[in-house]
Amino acid sequence: MTDETTTPPAPEPPPTEGAPPETPETEEAPAARSRWGWVRGIALPALALLTAFVAGGIILIITDFELLGLWTSDPVSAIGASWNSVTDTYGALFRGSIGDPGRLIGALLALDWDGVRSAFGPLSETIVSTTPLVFTGLSVALAFRVGLFNIGAEGQLYLGALFSVIVGFSLVGLPWFIHLPLALLAGFAGGALWGFIPGILKARTGAHEVIVTIMLNFVAFNLINWSLRTALVQREGRSDPISKIVENSAVIPSLIGGLRANWGIILALAATVAIWWLLFRSTKGFEFRAVGFNPRAARYAGISIAWSTVLSMMIAGGLAGLAGTVVILGGSGSLSPGFSPGYGFDGIVVALVGATRPAGVVAAAFLFGALRAGATPMQAATGTPIDIVVVIQALVIMFIAAPALVRAIYRIRAERRLNAEVFAKGWGS
Amino acid sequence: MTAAVATGMSRTEQRERTRQRVLGIIYLVLAVLMVLGFAVATDLTSTFGLSAPNAAIPVPNLVVPSATTVYLLAGVVAFAGAIQLTRGFGSRTALILGLVAFAFVFAFLTWVAAGQSMNLTGVLETTVQRSVPIVFGALSGILCERAGVVNIAIEGMLLSGAFVAAVVTSATGNPYIGIVAAVATGGLLAALLAVLAIRYRVDQIIAGFFINILVTGLTAFLSVRILQPYQAELNTPERLGPIAIPILSDIPILGTVLFRHNIFVYSLFALIIIIHLGLFYTRWGLRVRAVGEHPKAADTVGINVYFVRYTNVILGGMVAGMGGAYFTIGSTGGFEREMTAGRGFIGLAAMIFGGWNPIGAFLAGLVFGFADAIQSRLSILSIAIPSEFLLMVPYVVTIIVVAGLVGRARAPAADGKPYIKE
Repeated sequence: MTDETTTPPAPEPPPTEGAPPETPETEEAPAARSRWGWVRGIALPALALLTAFVAGGIILIITDFELLGLWTSDPVSAIGASWNSVTDTYGALFRGSIGDPGRLIGALLALDWDGVRSAFGPLSETIVSTTPLVFTGLSVALAFRVGLFNIGAEGQLYLGALFSVIVGFSLVGLPWFIHLPLALLAGFAGGALWGFIPGILKARTGAHEVIVTIMLNFVAFNLINWSLRTALVQREGRSDPISKIVENSAVIPSLIGGLRANWGIILALAATVAIWWLLFRSTKGFEFRAVGFNPRAARYAGISIAWSTVLSMMIAGGLAGLAGTVVILGGSGSLSPGFSPGYGFDGIVVALVGATRPAGVVAAAFLFGALRAGATPMQAATGTPIDIVVVIQALVIMFIAAPALVRAIYRIRAERRLNAEVFAKGWGS
Repeated sequence: MTAAVATGMSRTEQRERTRQRVLGIIYLVLAVLMVLGFAVATDLTSTFGLSAPNAAIPVPNLVVPSATTVYLLAGVVAFAGAIQLTRGFGSRTALILGLVAFAFVFAFLTWVAAGQSMNLTGVLETTVQRSVPIVFGALSGILCERAGVVNIAIEGMLLSGAFVAAVVTSATGNPYIGIVAAVATGGLLAALLAVLAIRYRVDQIIAGFFINILVTGLTAFLSVRILQPYQAELNTPERLGPIAIPILSDIPILGTVLFRHNIFVYSLFALIIIIHLGLFYTRWGLRVRAVGEHPKAADTVGINVYFVRYTNVILGGMVAGMGGAYFTIGSTGGFEREMTAGRGFIGLAAMIFGGWNPIGAFLAGLVFGFADAIQSRLSILSIAIPSEFLLMVPYVVTIIVVAGLVGRARAPAADGKPYIKE
């Protein structure tokens, strides 16, 4: 009963599909959000990014032995050479992820359809990388809101991929509108199973979800390696660990012919709206957030912490499972051990940068998807190792997680907030 | 009031009884598994090599009839299970658990070696080698977490130590300078963790996660950018060879297993003893544990909580840095990207399994190292069991332990909680 008196009855989701989840924080006092509040909201992540890129540039310069030699012999031209080296790298990163604007305009003016399509190629690759990141970011963000730290998105992603690929190749002769949803459902179920374990262990025994999910990641990884050598999953005539190829009816169709970007991104955006609705418009979501905000108060209000923990971890796991599913069903169509370049771990970065808000998660996922997609062409063009992207990601986390550092660098006054620590608890309790 | 206490008591008693029953059922299931899973033809024998090829005192091989041994051990486990289920073993539960685990493992080895020969001494020697970085990592975690700072950055610290040790040793030609550099790097990363966790009160799991991906990214970036073009100058370090300890290394079996290793292994033995004595028998250790359990109380009696946390985290990082150096100059030589392959997390697991206790962590590390050593032998012996399941052992055991299904691991009470001085 208390729930219904404290929350307004959950309104229906907005009928228009274009409803942007821009104003999710309805529970915040309106006075705290001034007209320029959103600038502050954007400013810190933007400055964190900028600082990370600058630091990445410094790393690029000091690890270049030729440049270092130039600094000692001819410092003036070294400044120019360093600047060129960094801008070349970042320029290649941009062209590899967003595309070359000049080429696009040229192709559009010449009405060259193939040219336009290839000019959109980099953006298409970014969308392909963004899709799983939206799912894993939502997974981590949802768990965060319930006060849980889901480090296990990577393992859940593996299980989701395995389940969906099995359904994808073993059911033959179904029409796509039955087969594809079944395969997606299987992916969700696989991830949800892997999220259920830490959820139920936390709820029943108090086992810390961080430890359990770290361990489950490795279990999942070994489980996949093993299953890819079993007769059920392994492709006929292959000795390396690779699965059979899914039926065409389970493949996620591409958005535009010839490009790899597929309907998975639409699915991811739909999931974003669904999670936004769940968290901020449904009674269950209110309970989730209440448990995350103050578990003791939530329990006195009659909310079951155990059930919220289990359910939220299952949904979080399912979302991560869908990440693995869209990678497989929208990509190669088969599973092999290294199919995820750490999408699950990137999900943690995405959730933190996106401030655990669904819209923020989408924006952050696009950003890190672009970094991932642009890294390979950048290495091909400039010889800069792709791993600089991982370094930049790490630095972004540091500056996002320690806003005091960014404020100190840019001399910004601290914003007065009630709970400055987003999330701080160990496994001592 | 008394009623509440009484029901509370009976509840813990009840929980204990349930745990005893669960253990009994697990033992019975294990016995059945042993009979069904390790069944072999009756005429085979298993041979265990016990002597190193160049041992001073040769030891004859241990030859046992495979099937009889397996059934005998299964019988022992079933018997233990029956008693556990009906009466329980009381204070001897842990001892019996160890015995059952030993019986199960020995039955497994008998099955693996059925009809062929397995060099048991070699397996145990590999076990010690494989457990070295795990135990270094676990000790690092213990130093941090006993003072109340969660360290999931062990993996990153190990990796940084491996990288720096390889580069500095190659550049200077002196592996001891390499070790010092690796220790310093681990300490530096730990100082970063400490500043983030203590000064800026960043969530410690996020801070640790940040260090892990920073090191993974940086070492991978640098190995492509610098090590590949200058492979000969920067990534061909001298390795530290084994040193046989004069008399001890001639002891049959134990001598080979424990006393023919390089300096890392002996340093590890020393560190385990020093940290154990330090934590539990010195004023320093008492202060550290007080800070980890109840920082406010520690502060009240005049202990500088922040100072203790900073020093312990940095010491922990130095230990992990040394463990990292083992990967390159103590073992394979050159640095390869992500060469620690999750050993830091197994170290975390060993810390938890060992109950945040140096000796417990060492034993846990040996168990995990053993699983790893067996796993690498299986392919040689062409055994049908998938090696992946042995690789899962550390992780599954840790989940079982943190869930309290068998025994209960308890973290320091203030572990992971930032302390705010009033």
